[in-house]
Amino acid sequence: MAGLGPTGGRAARTYAGRGPLLILPAWVIIGIFLVLPILIMATYSFLTKEFRGGVIWEPTLAAYDQFFFDRGLFGDEQPKIEWTYILIFWRSIWQAGLATLLCLLIGFPTAWFIATRPAHSRTVWLFLITVPYWVNLLIRTISMKFLIRDNGPMNQWLLNAGLIDEPIHIINTNLAVQLGLFYSYLPFMVLPIYAAVERYNFALSEAAADLYASRWVTLTQVIIPVVKPGIIAGCILVFVPSLGAFLAPDLLGGAKNFMIGSLIEEQFKGAAGNWPFGAAAAMILLSMVLIVLIVYARNQDRESA
Amino acid sequence: MARKPDLRRFPGFLAVTLLCLFLLYAPLVIVAIYSFNDSPSITLWGGVSLRWYEDVFWGLEADKFKRAAINSLTIAAAAATTATVIATMAATAMLRAGQFRGRSFSFGLISLPLMVPEIVTAVATLIFFSAIGFQTGILSILIAHIVFCIPFAYLPIAARMEGIEDVYEQAAQDLYATKWQAFRLILLPLMTPGIVSGFLLAFIISLDDFIITNFVKGAGVETLPTAIFGAVKQGIKPNIMAISTLLLMVSITFVTLSYFAGRMGQNRKSNPTGET
Amino acid sequence: MKTLKTAASALALSLMASVATAEGKLSIYHWFEYIPQELLDKFAAEYDVEVTLDTYDSNEALLAALKAGKLGQYDVAVPGDYMVEILGNEGMLDTFTDDEMPNKGNILPQWADVSFDPGRKSSIPYQWGSTSFSVNRDVYSGNIQTTDIIFNPPEELKGKINVLDTAGETLTFASLHLGIPQCSTDREQLKALNDLVQNAKANWASFGSDVAKDVLVSGDAAAGMIWNGFGMKAREEGANIEYAYPDQGYIVWMDNVVLLKDAPNRDNALKFMNFLLEPENAAAVTNYARYTAGVAGVEPFLDEALKTAPELNPPAGGNPQFVQACPEEVQKVYDTIWTNLKK
Repeated sequence: MAGLGPTGGRAARTYAGRGPLLILPAWVIIGIFLVLPILIMATYSFLTKEFRGGVIWEPTLAAYDQFFFDRGLFGDEQPKIEWTYILIFWRSIWQAGLATLLCLLIGFPTAWFIATRPAHSRTVWLFLITVPYWVNLLIRTISMKFLIRDNGPMNQWLLNAGLIDEPIHIINTNLAVQLGLFYSYLPFMVLPIYAAVERYNFALSEAAADLYASRWVTLTQVIIPVVKPGIIAGCILVFVPSLGAFLAPDLLGGAKNFMIGSLIEEQFKGAAGNWPFGAAAAMILLSMVLIVLIVYARNQDRESA
Repeated sequence: MARKPDLRRFPGFLAVTLLCLFLLYAPLVIVAIYSFNDSPSITLWGGVSLRWYEDVFWGLEADKFKRAAINSLTIAAAAATTATVIATMAATAMLRAGQFRGRSFSFGLISLPLMVPEIVTAVATLIFFSAIGFQTGILSILIAHIVFCIPFAYLPIAARMEGIEDVYEQAAQDLYATKWQAFRLILLPLMTPGIVSGFLLAFIISLDDFIITNFVKGAGVETLPTAIFGAVKQGIKPNIMAISTLLLMVSITFVTLSYFAGRMGQNRKSNPTGET
Repeated sequence: MKTLKTAASALALSLMASVATAEGKLSIYHWFEYIPQELLDKFAAEYDVEVTLDTYDSNEALLAALKAGKLGQYDVAVPGDYMVEILGNEGMLDTFTDDEMPNKGNILPQWADVSFDPGRKSSIPYQWGSTSFSVNRDVYSGNIQTTDIIFNPPEELKGKINVLDTAGETLTFASLHLGIPQCSTDREQLKALNDLVQNAKANWASFGSDVAKDVLVSGDAAAGMIWNGFGMKAREEGANIEYAYPDQGYIVWMDNVVLLKDAPNRDNALKFMNFLLEPENAAAVTNYARYTAGVAGVEPFLDEALKTAPELNPPAGGNPQFVQACPEEVQKVYDTIWTNLKK
């Protein structure tokens, strides 16, 4: 995905002057059907919830107040910090973080291995890694659920093989969610690291080896610092979608321990029917993601400067 | 002899790669295998049969899934077509029209659908349709799909366009071709692999979407993913595995096509194309 | 490009075509896994109507969807008793006359005039049943006729319990466990209710209504709150489970087909409701969903198994309770308790 931005490539001028006209449809569509909706959603987060669902056009901070402050069961106690939603966000960050780590631990060696293959077999390996990504996320999540459930094929085989005495209980645990997220976004980790390793100059490794650096030292002191941009890009590509995931917590986590995605979904599709609160939670999620992306972009600029 | 080891190799990396592929494919392969299970129980093996595929096409729920499949394919084709046209125009603007006001901002806008978490897009779109009083239905799904298909169509198209030097169009214009002729007769044919690849990726992305569709769909309108989700909440049944396997094969076919489209005409040059 | 153009125009045509055949439609909003496809097909064939069915998994989700702009898109829905009252108060129901419902006389006397819809002006009875829980007897063989199973479970069941994801029923069930009245405004009682579900949550594996049967059949859960008919289906699908009628009480409910306001196909909606009052058709629903019909004359069409099923034949002298629609100030506290619980 790198290099396709406005700075990438030589600015050809065949159609100079037509630029605004050609870009207009993209502007209009994304402007009207994504930017404007996000602005309206921001507005909704400041509206009043109607009893039994729906909104009243009266400005209020109630949604954000509900998010950050606990006023007791009856709404008349001294406000305390409301930890539960912060905890849901924290849990999401934690789950997404662990999933990212899992992706990194498996994704880095994989990316390295593929990038060091001969050119013609590289594309085949890459293709094999990317194919599952294009398979419907829902179907992948269902497959994972089927595989790991207590009476699922994995446990049955392990039981039949005599390796375990009773089923390994994974479904409806945090581990199941992490596995699901890992499985959903692994290719996002492999591809950027692969791209970075492919550009890696192996003379650096040789120089390190000449100076009697062990393999491990070369890896941690030389290779990883050089391919770090790829690693960071991969982590962001896994972390960001994991943060707002809905299917993995819903289908694999038993919908008990909420993550941000399920919390938001519940406000709109579920019984809660609290649109302003859902909009506020979505705004907070969006702000978090944008902060991560901005920090990332800043660092990119600094490093390339 | 230890002086010159192969510095590219790390012990165990091959094993991790194989583990990685195993983790990616094992669940899919197992569901595909169990879709041929003759037993109505999903966990016991009862021999090989095609009964669940028969059930998908001719069973009781066949109509529902057929309608959902038609909706899914119609929306995917329409959204991918529209997004591809928009993305091709946008790529031409970004890479062939020199500098203009808002050019650097445009790239951010085009990639915005990739950066905003899906659940946020879903919520925002739902609120938007509700706020303007637009009745949700097939059209609301289509609009939402076009939006998030644009960046997926754009990336391979722009990658391809970057790899084509503009000397050909310049030459055509030197020979008195109009800008439109230069575009239609020179650039577009050269762009075909990128456009095909972008279209197919957008098509798959639309076909696969669940979260956004689930939020903006109207009464009585289902796409395959929402229909499957509705069914699977009540338990993973063998017919769902059969549908999943069919959808899996559609996805793999399309990615393979896209892969080869991306490589088409790439043999002479070594520009990286179409690999997102 | 030419092929693309052709494809695009073909698509545009087909999109318009699907809009153009809007006549002869019926749009149903229904509980999941509650009506047999064969019955819908039968109605579609008899009246030449294209039927579409969307599903929800709780009365509250139905209300939220209608509030969120789905009113005017559906013709009929199937709310439970207390939700009929709420929808009526919200002005979301249309009324019909007795002439428009020729089969109205088929309604069983005890369901013909009900407090949530006096005179049956907007609704007809669909099925009625109970809400309690089922326990896997391979896992736990002790006494299950107590709500302790859910709220204070024995060691064997801890961490293996699924709870219905429906605020109204689950909180009412918890109130029965505590022995407090529904819609209580007493602060201590409401606090006790909150504490009860908060503490019990640690022993629950999952929240889910649509999954309630599957978790018991697949063994993901060893006990689960469930509706009686759904529990019977689970048992018939091979789970060694027993449905309980706890001493503290259990919930009874009656689901009703209502005519929604601004129904796009009002005539077909009335035809469909009238169709469902035919004993044969009501029995088809009962045979499928394993609940009990509110229509007279269904007996000849019923499955033999229904007559003796423990799920459908509660012991005499239990404590069945309908869920009540609470006033706003209490409902708000319930909402807070439920939100606290789910997060």
